[in-house]
Amino acid sequence: MVEIKSVEYAYPGAKAIQFTDFKLAGGEHCLLLGESGSGKTTLLHLLGGLLRSQQGTIRIHDTDITQLSESALDHFRGKHLGFVFQRNHLLQALSVRQNLLMAPFLAELPQSEERVNEVLDRLGLLNRKSAQVRELSQGQAQRVAIARAVVNKPDVIFADEPTSALDDKNCERVSDLLLSVASEQKATLVVATHDQRLKAKITRQMVLPA
Amino acid sequence: MMNLITLVWSYLKAKPLNTFLNVLLLGLGIAVITVLLVFNQQFQEKIKDNVRGIDLVVGAKGSPLQLILCSIFHVDFPTGNIKLNEAEQLAKNRLVKSVIPLALGDSYQGYRIVGTNRAYTDLYEADLQEGKWWEKDMEVVAGANVAAFARVKVGDRLVSQHGLGADGHAHDQEPMVCTGVLKKTNSVIDNLLFTNVGTVWAVHEEHEEDEHEHDEQPVQHPSPIVPTVNAGDSVKEITSLLVEFRNPMAAIQLPRYINAQTNMQAASPAFETARLFSILGVGADVLMGFAYVLIFISALSIFLALYNSLKERQYDLAIMRSMGASRSRLFVTMLAEGIAMTLMGSVLGLAMGHGVLFLFTWWVKEGSQTGFTAYVFYTSELWILAGSLLLGIVCSLVPAVQAYRTDIHKVLAG
Repeated sequence: MVEIKSVEYAYPGAKAIQFTDFKLAGGEHCLLLGESGSGKTTLLHLLGGLLRSQQGTIRIHDTDITQLSESALDHFRGKHLGFVFQRNHLLQALSVRQNLLMAPFLAELPQSEERVNEVLDRLGLLNRKSAQVRELSQGQAQRVAIARAVVNKPDVIFADEPTSALDDKNCERVSDLLLSVASEQKATLVVATHDQRLKAKITRQMVLPA
Repeated sequence: MMNLITLVWSYLKAKPLNTFLNVLLLGLGIAVITVLLVFNQQFQEKIKDNVRGIDLVVGAKGSPLQLILCSIFHVDFPTGNIKLNEAEQLAKNRLVKSVIPLALGDSYQGYRIVGTNRAYTDLYEADLQEGKWWEKDMEVVAGANVAAFARVKVGDRLVSQHGLGADGHAHDQEPMVCTGVLKKTNSVIDNLLFTNVGTVWAVHEEHEEDEHEHDEQPVQHPSPIVPTVNAGDSVKEITSLLVEFRNPMAAIQLPRYINAQTNMQAASPAFETARLFSILGVGADVLMGFAYVLIFISALSIFLALYNSLKERQYDLAIMRSMGASRSRLFVTMLAEGIAMTLMGSVLGLAMGHGVLFLFTWWVKEGSQTGFTAYVFYTSELWILAGSLLLGIVCSLVPAVQAYRTDIHKVLAG
């Protein structure tokens, strides 16, 4: 499902970071561990096509995304990938429902009110459906971000430090939700984090050297 | 359902004050332009409409503009009188195709009574609403507004006043009889009453009647201008003569001849109204300039609003990219936001502009009398809409390019 081979990335004026080759099967979850500055986020963004790699191949769902054009990559991202970021960047001007509908709208997929209800129900947010984003608590907002990441039924979900800003209780809750939702959707979950609390939850781990 | 419109609308709604201010500012500028445009357009149309078929106005020496304002638009006082026999001489000139006499001086409740003949009402294609045309002296026909506002009906007996004011000296003569009412023409004749030249003479010669015996001699050689008197009468006077040229040569020769060789003056409606426009144009230009300043400031304000929002919006933009939005989509979204604001502004402005004209015609009696209306839309207003589209693009182009260039990795790795 996810496979990288001899991928390298160099920031301007810095030494290139070389990433170890790896392969994940469909539905397999993986933790990217490492100190800050080790290139976790860089690798995650490379995998998600948010950053273009300069070398090597990145295959996701039988597509080498390094070969896609800019707009084809955007389209691929919308259809096959879901993202959860550290700061739950929801679109502030929109309601919870509209935030979720943005995913199929931007990916040019059919917008289904039922699917929105289903996902919100699964994450215990159905009663917040028409709430504005700024009315949500931190934990609720993080769950809405997860809901938005899975609403298009992506093949791979990328999460960048999804729990590091949360206390133990919320960390537990969010990570459990992420894992169970990903498993239900048969999606591969890739989590970049330095949060040691997640180590026990996901056994496949890749440690990036500092 | 999410679409471009709900998305753009949500962002505009998220900053209601900002959006409202920008739309209002632009709206005010557009409203001023709309009022000037519609007013000016109608004003010019009215003037063209009222001047129709009149090549030259001949009257007593004085201000040519006053002569035109008095004889064509009926908004000023006469410059004086001209002798009927001099007018007859002029009518015989080979460069003159036809003439219409006007004898002014009296009014009824502020509405001017015009002593003339049927050629004058024919010029404006006037039609009877009811009753019949005037024939004998002391018979009058009322224009549509006179009938409506001064409540003049067929069969009414009217006592005229001297001058134009409603408080002018009343003649204590035998009253005139209204024989007909005209249909509305939306031209100056709606505000006039028509009668024979002889009626105006009769009203003013009253005092002299005591001295002269009323010598009812039959007319042997009727005057070509006023057939009820003999040609060559050296006493009778009229206010002015509306002249139609026989050929284009007349436009050059006739005014020069009249101004140099006679005691009368000739004024060209085309030339004098053009002069009037250039005088009024200064005021309109100042207002127009003010409107452009308003629009420029609102454009700047819209640009700044979009540009400043970019910083807080960059996360939103990056998130949208992560959800599959292409660069060009963000570009279009940003443009659409600017266009939405300018479009709302111009629609508001057009509405306000027509609203002001509506209030003008509703409140000001003169507004409705002159036939101005708020319910006219000109193609130039479509140009305003098109212009606002362009303005929206100009205002949002730089922010849209910035949005297009957003480096999502940098923003999200933040």
